[in-house]
Amino acid sequence: MSTSVEADVLSSQAASAIEPSHLPNETLTQMYRTMFLIRRVEESLLELAESGKIGGAMHTAIGHEGNAVGAAAALRREDYLTCTYRGHHHALARGMDPKQAIAEVLGRRDGFAKGKGGSMHFIQPELGLMGANGIVAAQVPHAAGMALAAKIRGEDRIAITFFGDGAMYQGVMHETFNMAQKWRLPIIFYCENNRYSEMTPISRTSSVRELYKFPQAYGMESLQIDGNDVEIVHAAVSQAAARARAGEGPTFIEGLTYRLAGHMAGDLETYRTPEEIDAQRAHEPLVVLQNRLLERGVDEKVLADIRAEVEEEVAAAVEFAQNSPWPDPAEAYTDVFAL
Amino acid sequence: MRKTTYIQAINEALREEMRRDESVFLIGEDVGHYGGLFRVTRNLLDEFGETRVIDTPISEQGFMGMAIGAAMVGMRPIVELMYMDFILVCADQVLNQGAKMHYMSGGLVKVPMVIRGQQGGGKRYGSQHSQCIDSLVAHFPGIKVVAPATPYDAKGLLISAIRDNNPVLYLEHKMLYFTRGELPDVGEEVIVPIGKADVKREGSDLTLVTFGYCLLQALEAAEELAEEHGIDIEVVDLRTIVPLDMETVLASVAKTGRLLAVHESQANCGIGGEIVARVYEEAPHLLQAPARRLGMAPVSIPVSQTLEEEILPWKRNIKAAVLEMWRQPVAA
Repeated sequence: MSTSVEADVLSSQAASAIEPSHLPNETLTQMYRTMFLIRRVEESLLELAESGKIGGAMHTAIGHEGNAVGAAAALRREDYLTCTYRGHHHALARGMDPKQAIAEVLGRRDGFAKGKGGSMHFIQPELGLMGANGIVAAQVPHAAGMALAAKIRGEDRIAITFFGDGAMYQGVMHETFNMAQKWRLPIIFYCENNRYSEMTPISRTSSVRELYKFPQAYGMESLQIDGNDVEIVHAAVSQAAARARAGEGPTFIEGLTYRLAGHMAGDLETYRTPEEIDAQRAHEPLVVLQNRLLERGVDEKVLADIRAEVEEEVAAAVEFAQNSPWPDPAEAYTDVFAL
Repeated sequence: MRKTTYIQAINEALREEMRRDESVFLIGEDVGHYGGLFRVTRNLLDEFGETRVIDTPISEQGFMGMAIGAAMVGMRPIVELMYMDFILVCADQVLNQGAKMHYMSGGLVKVPMVIRGQQGGGKRYGSQHSQCIDSLVAHFPGIKVVAPATPYDAKGLLISAIRDNNPVLYLEHKMLYFTRGELPDVGEEVIVPIGKADVKREGSDLTLVTFGYCLLQALEAAEELAEEHGIDIEVVDLRTIVPLDMETVLASVAKTGRLLAVHESQANCGIGGEIVARVYEEAPHLLQAPARRLGMAPVSIPVSQTLEEEILPWKRNIKAAVLEMWRQPVAA
């Protein structure tokens, strides 16, 4: 079996030509801040996991930030979002408070779900975050159902669902493609193709390499883009959202990206080399955006100040979460049924 | 009052609730233009249109998941599964998603939806179209389970299920569809609360707890046992399996001192075992003789009439179980 680099197609070599958004420096700088915040929250979570403070499975999206932040900037607050268990970046991109996020991962009382959901089940309806999911692709029909609800009610709302390359091989994905296209649902299917389905590259398991070709079989509009470039992601999601709001139906977007950290905290990463990861660092989302901001005349000092500010915010959030009390044991018995 | 079929009662509840609440919609295989394989949803498309009566492809995971998503944002979907056996195709969505969403989110989202359809044997549909899944689903937290046996309870419980803020599994039985019973006139509200059992026959010698089509079989068995053996059986219709109304069960056992729990899903790891265990845990002193359960034998359901009749816990098997208990000596 070949051990060649799976990510031999760089994200910048995506198949679909798309005119990137040209966002104002101020917007891009804000996006840089959010991306750096996500990065530092996730790195801090990995440190907490390594020191044994986080139980269970925790999956970071280090290297995926461009997909989440580019998409969030192209959508409205009332639009619905679902995602996989690799979903911290989507929650933070939509505005979840890092204090609540970290406290939840630690299982503390101040977590958004009082410690009942944890890392794999990020949710906050007031931000349109309608659930990260522990079962691969299970969240995909949920988003389609939210799009259906919007359509039944005649609302000008859309849904977006994020998933990885591994989810493409679940049957429910294809069931949902078919119904969403047939019923012209206002939904965006966004595949964050990070080249590994957990620990196995899809080249070892899939008969199709270019994932964006699957939905084309259903007659769906489908693109393959550079998911590490926020302005390209923003442009693709904006176009897809406009189509959805106009009643033209779903769009599939394959964002080529790369997971710079392991599948989960504690991943031995025997399936790839440090050289492969290093080769990807030159085109990771924070580097791409930082270079662009500098090219467009933003002072490095501005970015350094943002980073310092974020460092402080994240350190404070980690401290807050660690000091948050454990839930009362009686909490285990509440919320089984809604009133 | 008038007499209607069980199917008519369900159809009426669907129509009335869809008129009352615009967030209620139907989704499933053949529910629209065909009116449902068993005609339970007939003529609803004419009144409510394709936006609210949605014919799906044969994609149980997909449309069950979509219903859950719609419910999470405030709709009240009613999903028809053509045969309840198909719940196994979409078990992740029902048991791992819909049932857990409220808990996992710490109460941030609700999933108000009904999953309905028919289950059970008696029509020789064989192993994958005849099983009862009540006991299996009852094992999972976060989903209510109801199984009405009369047209009145069918209408009243469906209305309660639709208005409930949780996923409710609403179990019909293919042998009940054309049975008839009394129903108040259209326009009079019929509500049967979830979680309340109903004593369908009063008796003094033995408590028979059951639900669904087994209720009809149990009532017939009770009449024959009274006539042939002078045994006076109290028949408790659970109507709701989750949450269990143990209060009514215990009150009846306090009166009779004997308990037989009967249901069509398998006896092993079944709801009958749960009821028996709960009585032993909560009030063993009430029992004058060992409590028993009767369910389907631990086999897949065969097609042949003689084989199917052999294994289903219907009248003949219920009578045999009661008589066996009757012959056991009463504890001092």
